[in-house]
Amino acid sequence: MKLIHKDIDKGGQGVVTLIPEEPEDIWHAYNLISEGDSVKSSTIRKVQSESSTGSSTSNRIRTTLTITVENIDFDTQACMLRLKGRNIEENQYVKMGAYHTLDLELNRKFTLRKQEWDSVSVERIELACDPTKSADVAAVIMQEGLAHVCLITPSMTLVRAKIDVNIPRKRKGFSQQHEKGLVKFYEQVMQAIIRHIDFDVVKCVLVASPGFIKDQFHEYMFQMAVKTDNKILIDNKPKFMLVHASSGFKHSLKEVLQDPAVISKISDTKAASEVKTLEQFYTTLQCEPAKAFYGKKHIEKANEAQAIETLLISDKLFKCSEANLRKQYVNIVDSVRESGGNVKIFSSLHVSGEQLEQLTGIAAILRFPMPELEEDSDED
Amino acid sequence: MARHRDVRNMDYEDEYDGYDDVYGHSVDEDFCISPSNRQFIYNRENSRESKLDHSDDIQEADEVDELTDTERAQLNSCIDEVTNVLGTEIIPRNELVDVILKHKFNVEKVINSVLEDKKDEKKSGTTTRDKASFFKTPTVVEPAPSTTTKLVSVVKGFNLPQSDTLPAHLPIRNGSGSQSPSSGRGQSPTSGRETPLPGGNESETEPRAGRRETKVDPEAQYKTERGNGKEHLYMVVIGHVDAGKSTLMGRLLCELGQVNKKTMHKYAQESRKLGKQSFMYAWVLDETGEERDRGITMDIGRYLFQTKTKEVTLLDAPGHKDFIPNMISGAAQADVGLLVVDATRGEFETGFDLGGQTREHALLVRSLGVNQLAVVINKLDTVSWSKTRFDEIVQKLKIFLKQAGFKDNDVSFVPCSGLTGQNLVAPPTENELLEWYKGPCLLEVIDKFRTPPRPVAKPLRFSVNDVFKGTGSGMCVDGRVETGLANVGDKILICPSKERATVKSIIVDESSKNVVFAGDQATITLAGIDIQSLSVGNILCDPQNPIPVSSKFEARIVVFNTKVPITKGYPVVLHHQSLVEPAVVSKLVSQLNKNTGEVVKRHPRVVLKNSSAIVEISVSKPIALEEYSSCKELGRIMLRVAGVTIAAGLITKILAVN
Ligand SMILES: Nc1nc2c(ncn2[C@@H]2O[C@H](COP(=O)(O)OP(=O)(O)O)[C@@H](O)[C@H]2O)c(=O)[nH]1
Ligand SMILES: [Mg+2]
Repeated sequence: MKLIHKDIDKGGQGVVTLIPEEPEDIWHAYNLISEGDSVKSSTIRKVQSESSTGSSTSNRIRTTLTITVENIDFDTQACMLRLKGRNIEENQYVKMGAYHTLDLELNRKFTLRKQEWDSVSVERIELACDPTKSADVAAVIMQEGLAHVCLITPSMTLVRAKIDVNIPRKRKGFSQQHEKGLVKFYEQVMQAIIRHIDFDVVKCVLVASPGFIKDQFHEYMFQMAVKTDNKILIDNKPKFMLVHASSGFKHSLKEVLQDPAVISKISDTKAASEVKTLEQFYTTLQCEPAKAFYGKKHIEKANEAQAIETLLISDKLFKCSEANLRKQYVNIVDSVRESGGNVKIFSSLHVSGEQLEQLTGIAAILRFPMPELEEDSDED
Repeated sequence: MARHRDVRNMDYEDEYDGYDDVYGHSVDEDFCISPSNRQFIYNRENSRESKLDHSDDIQEADEVDELTDTERAQLNSCIDEVTNVLGTEIIPRNELVDVILKHKFNVEKVINSVLEDKKDEKKSGTTTRDKASFFKTPTVVEPAPSTTTKLVSVVKGFNLPQSDTLPAHLPIRNGSGSQSPSSGRGQSPTSGRETPLPGGNESETEPRAGRRETKVDPEAQYKTERGNGKEHLYMVVIGHVDAGKSTLMGRLLCELGQVNKKTMHKYAQESRKLGKQSFMYAWVLDETGEERDRGITMDIGRYLFQTKTKEVTLLDAPGHKDFIPNMISGAAQADVGLLVVDATRGEFETGFDLGGQTREHALLVRSLGVNQLAVVINKLDTVSWSKTRFDEIVQKLKIFLKQAGFKDNDVSFVPCSGLTGQNLVAPPTENELLEWYKGPCLLEVIDKFRTPPRPVAKPLRFSVNDVFKGTGSGMCVDGRVETGLANVGDKILICPSKERATVKSIIVDESSKNVVFAGDQATITLAGIDIQSLSVGNILCDPQNPIPVSSKFEARIVVFNTKVPITKGYPVVLHHQSLVEPAVVSKLVSQLNKNTGEVVKRHPRVVLKNSSAIVEISVSKPIALEEYSSCKELGRIMLRVAGVTIAAGLITKILAVN
């Protein structure tokens, strides 16, 4: 993301102008914009005009509109952000108060005004505009008959293709069906890789599976690449890396991102560091349960005692429609930092973020053990 | 109701201790089934073809009871005679029974009558039966002929809608209408769910068919079909990788003459060429090139052999960590286990103490319902048949296996060498072993396993572990009949897809059969279905008695020695029979005392290793499953994380998904 202009006053009120440059920036924008904010951007509007003869024609006109956001829609797969709201600035085509839907587009600037820029929002801008980005990684997680082709960017893990086919088992004297099924499966995975992985931006392709599937597949793919003279694959062969995973399910990515060989290759991506932090939390929970808390109520208690060493929080929690609730979470973040704690905001699009989200979305590793709080027995 | 009963009753210890007892008595007694529902469960045939009119069932009960033992025997022999002549497909067994009774066991008359009937049926069209059986939407019922009067009189007092009073498209749950007032204690979980309505959707012919069918008692059918042969036993071979499982079993099969000399000679030569002569016996089971090249078993190898009193299907499980999913699906289908450990110094320790698979395998098979185990202390040739070494290993294993839930009496230990063939099928010849070992050889130990009773009287449940194209038309599925039985010609329902199909043919151990029973592993060819509707982990079931389908359930789990604790939101891989699906532990309901099963804490924050808890599990998509109290075979689950089994559990409550 490119920061064009930033004007935030002491009270936290102000505007920021940004240009999203890659799909991930749309995700950042999604996390920045809350209901009630106003957004100004160039957009296309259908305008009815009446000719002198009285016949009406409809034209598509590009114009710049400012709306107060009432509705936010994010499509993960397409990385599309749709904002719906009422027009609040005079415009030659659109009446004040009329509804309009803004699609945030790549390489087109938008200006965002907030009543209050809190620390989490400000930090999001910094994150989005950080020029020292780690490289994008692609991962193919597979087992016999199941494969996920994923793209891992700093803040997102996107499943680009899922291949799920039935492969008959090997049976005495009838291994053809098995072998045929396997070849067909490999072919599909290979096609998905060719279609979905952009080798210009992807610096590394992890192929992970249990057993020997990964090796067999790798061998198959490059045999085929030679046969079909697929230059792209052949040229990028060094980018492929074979790793062990216990299954072809998406959450096995966690194992892959913990593999030391992978870590040294892709260095410190956000995805890998999140996996590590979550792992630390679980280890603490196992060894010293009194030093690992989760759930808002428990975290608040621990925070009051200034006991939080590392806070794990899902960005999903800041997306809640209740402004008040968001404020509470932001307060926790600020206060943990004030007392010298570490805050890790997990992306809900990464596998570890998904898991944290299931675990109430908020957890912490404490500096010192605290007595366990009695849970509401009627809590559901 | 049975499914809401106190989970304490499902205590693992209970389960383990009472395993044999539970198997010993009728399953029904466990669940307080009313007499009528009991009938229902037994009468798989009935439920397949017709409405479960409850009054019908009462009648049936009486009629069946009227048969004396001799009559029953007569009946069975008569059925055999007739099916020999006509085959099984021409008339459903149950209808046949009715005809036989009518003609007082006169085979000739029966055959004539059947053939007459068939002609008629062709004229009138057979579609009624096909259409009628499954959908819950009741159609208007024509006043039934003669039988109806009888029917109505029994139904009196229930006020069941008998005919067109029933509005169409109104799904009625069985629970309200069909439950006998005298059976206040609740109904069978198997019958309680999607069962069709009483008095609904019956075509004219259905009630009659239904009533007749019940005269074939599944147990009786089982006896007729299987009473004379050897008992069939499924044995899974488990143990750490390289313990010598494949070699041991390969050698055993050779000694039993199951592998012909020429083939063995070929294996010997080829393996020598590759410099892998030590694997020559393993090649008998490791059939694929890849398995041979790598010298490890990857998928279940399967072989049949005979002992004095049993026919044994051997399942050679892969020991390697990555192939445990294959092992689980193999072990889920096994009755008993053979645990192979390597006695070589250092090797046993690797497999047992240092993160080896010996423990995990043993825990797995126990959790999957295997309760008898023979432990082969293998490769004793490498330690000069040392008694001290044997005793040392036995000692360690005994303690562990007891903790794992095996009863002392159900575990036996045999010293062997698979490679040299010592003590496999004949008493030992090695002097060093003869000095101290007087016990049975491996084959005798296997022969002494008890075959568990087969729940043939319960509704059909067949778990699919392979799907492939047959040689002709139709799709083939491999798997095991968990409960009930299936005849050629039966209609079945595939769950969770709820697609229907017909059993076209059945193959057990490479020979074609007309019927398969609980316990059998079979290949079933299905007609009327395409490959997209079938997948591994599906359950084929009785359409009148379908298996519940849900993506959320509560389970009582026992957590193994895990590295990471289980919390709410923990992603796991769920294994249920052959099904492998990603799932999430969505809620920790309560922490239990491992020994007593009492609730120690409600809504714990975390479930630590070596403990027991009730948790809620959400699966990524709906699956077919049963509560353990309704069906042991399909009520067990296994949870794995990152290639390690972290917990085993019993399904205690199937939850509705909102
Ligand atoms: N000395 C000795 N070696 C054995 C014995 N049984 C198996 N082996 C060797 O152990 C290795 C692994 O055997 P295999 O049957 O593939 O083990 P699996 O992985 O448990 O199936 C092979 O090299 C065998 O030759 C035995 O009784 N004695
Ligand atoms: Mg083997």
